[in-house]
Amino acid sequence: MLKTFPKGGIHPKENKLTSSESIKMMPTPKAVYVPIAQHIGIPAEIIVERKEKVKKGQVIAKSGGFVSSNIHTPVAGTVTKLDMIIDSSGYKKQCIVIRTDQKDETNHEILDFPLKKEIIMNQKDILQHITDFGIVGLGGATFPSHVKLDLKNDNHVDCLLINGVECEPYLTADHRLMLEKADEIIVGIQILMHALHIKKAIIGIENNKKDAVKVLAKACKHDKRIKVAALQVKYPQGSEKQLIKAILKREVPKNGLPMDVGVIVHNVGTIYAIYQAIQHNQPLIERVVTVTGKNIKDASNFWVKIGTPIKDLIEEVGGLPEGTRKIVNGGPMMGKAIKNTDVPITKGTSGILVISSEEASRKEAKNCIRCGECVFVCPMGLEPHLLMNLSEKGMYEKASYEDITTCIECGSCSYVCPSHRPLLDYIRFGKSIVKKLATEKN
Amino acid sequence: MSEEKIVISASPHVHSDRTSKKLMYDVVIALIPAFLVSLYVFGIGALIVTSVAIISCIVFEYLIQKFILKSEITILDGSALITGILLAFNVPSSLPIWMIIVGSLVAIGIAKLSFGGLGFNIFNPALVGRVFLLVCFPVQMTLWPTPVVNNTAIVDAVTGETTLGIIKNGLMYGETMTTIASKIPSTLDLLLGITGGSLGEMSALALLIGGIYLIIRKVITWHIPVTLLVTMLVFTGIYWLVDPETYVNPMIHILSGGALLGAFFMATDLVTSPMTKKGMVIFAIGIGIITVVIRFYGAYPEGISFAILIMNAFVPLINSYFKPRRFGNKIKSKII
Repeated sequence: MLKTFPKGGIHPKENKLTSSESIKMMPTPKAVYVPIAQHIGIPAEIIVERKEKVKKGQVIAKSGGFVSSNIHTPVAGTVTKLDMIIDSSGYKKQCIVIRTDQKDETNHEILDFPLKKEIIMNQKDILQHITDFGIVGLGGATFPSHVKLDLKNDNHVDCLLINGVECEPYLTADHRLMLEKADEIIVGIQILMHALHIKKAIIGIENNKKDAVKVLAKACKHDKRIKVAALQVKYPQGSEKQLIKAILKREVPKNGLPMDVGVIVHNVGTIYAIYQAIQHNQPLIERVVTVTGKNIKDASNFWVKIGTPIKDLIEEVGGLPEGTRKIVNGGPMMGKAIKNTDVPITKGTSGILVISSEEASRKEAKNCIRCGECVFVCPMGLEPHLLMNLSEKGMYEKASYEDITTCIECGSCSYVCPSHRPLLDYIRFGKSIVKKLATEKN
Repeated sequence: MSEEKIVISASPHVHSDRTSKKLMYDVVIALIPAFLVSLYVFGIGALIVTSVAIISCIVFEYLIQKFILKSEITILDGSALITGILLAFNVPSSLPIWMIIVGSLVAIGIAKLSFGGLGFNIFNPALVGRVFLLVCFPVQMTLWPTPVVNNTAIVDAVTGETTLGIIKNGLMYGETMTTIASKIPSTLDLLLGITGGSLGEMSALALLIGGIYLIIRKVITWHIPVTLLVTMLVFTGIYWLVDPETYVNPMIHILSGGALLGAFFMATDLVTSPMTKKGMVIFAIGIGIITVVIRFYGAYPEGISFAILIMNAFVPLINSYFKPRRFGNKIKSKII
């Protein structure tokens, strides 16, 4: 039996259409639109001016606090505008527009050689580099990585988990990265283990990516401290808490962090970005993005510069097909639907999914038949039907008592509901109000 | 590609292909084997009773929603159809047609729509209809027609009594278990359905097939039927082991009467059963115990309808006490 988390979960159609498409280099766009809020926490502060010339890799917005991150320009060129543009959240956000020039000058030497295994940097410098180079969690949550790595002296972290689960249907960015950059990822893991004095690392991969399991197992053969765990295919296994439970059988306490059970979790993409930062002196300015959809002609995976408009990518795969009804930034379970394709790729964009008309619209919600399916699939042990009712009726205190804030918004409840009830919509709404009320109270 | 056509909605953007309607029609499919057996055993009477119950349930739902509630008409969602079939399955195949119509009105009008329609009813509508009929018309409701295919001559040729009825009466007249045992159908007959009883509770085998179909199709889980039957088996088994002269073999309890119909089709009604697995187990144990208590000590030979209705009333309470374990709750930071 393959490992998995015990309670709840679903198995939606995988639709991994692009798992055999190797990652192509997306040409540098004419202009990039770099938002200053690409991570969870305080937005970065702009430190460039209009008409200023910038070099590739230069910091253009400085970290605004501890839970924040530097932002670097992915291209060399001229800052043309400091403007408000709509990002994937649907709101207008402050953004730096840079017109690319032909010279492609880099700010500092980005070391470009195939694979550098030897780790020469000391621990303090490694952590400083991760902070300076704008590394955030690339799995989608975009939590600044240095915050996760800032272990207090009394920490007991004994295990580093690498998240290569990619449980979202359609997305294959992490899968391809693991296949193509296995050695680099292993070095990245060794860097973190070295920096944090961790003696054990496990890479969790769902068993629908058998090739990645094999490739990584081979790549880490020489290092006995690193293991690969093949996991049963079940959504939402990529969620930090479920992954820890699946691999280590440890349960992160309510409102707690992985650190509380001695674990740090990083996505494979983040590990690769750390490798690039430490060994190749490259800040986080590009990432892998899957561009996919059932009717997309040349669906594939791409290395994309941060700030590239989504429409450039869609052009690259053959344009929007006839009958497109929805464009999703991310996967089908947790991604955000976007209205226009001018929205730029940010550090957190793992995929662009184009959905055609048959699948795009929701069905009419019917009465709850109290089948309990939402309760069975909830990986957090919540009662979605109850939380929806409480949110709908404005009973926020009771909703808070029923642990609405622990919902990870995986969407399994809405996915299975045979009456097509918008469970997660209401829970999300109730959760935001409960959180707001709690902050007001303090 | 014009931009107006692009829709925005919150995640998730995909949905499983399960719908309430599909669940309902799966239940209907699961009831077909039992219906075919009744048709074989009781002939045209079974067909008439079932059709009348189905048609009157659907017609009443339509009329009440159209003219009294002035709400959306939901007769096609399959739930009225199931109520009709289950009501028919719980009455004798010789019941006068007007009584079936009255039962349907009570089931749909009172037990279902007056509570707010599908999903809001506390009690299983078909059982409310059945119990209403049993209380109002006890004579007609316990007049069991003789099975048409009666090649065993075990079943009383005139009244076609139910197995549980034979046992209850036998004990009342002070007969020994050996005498009673000679009167009741063999286990094989109970399995195949050559016995007296309500329209749908004839063949244990047909009901089992339907029940297993529901479990395979994931319409129901094993928790309620298995717990209920095991509870009855254990409870009646203890009595039987202590005093085999007064109490019948526990297998007879499982195979006769409405035990299987109740366990697989009535107690598992999605709307009126608990929503957590823990809750389902408690609910089923309750039904099992109450059923056996009524069978042993009550006035009626069979008690599963009452037992289910009584436990239905506890469902809201069970739901609020037996919650799923929250992830990460009450776990001390376990540092290894």
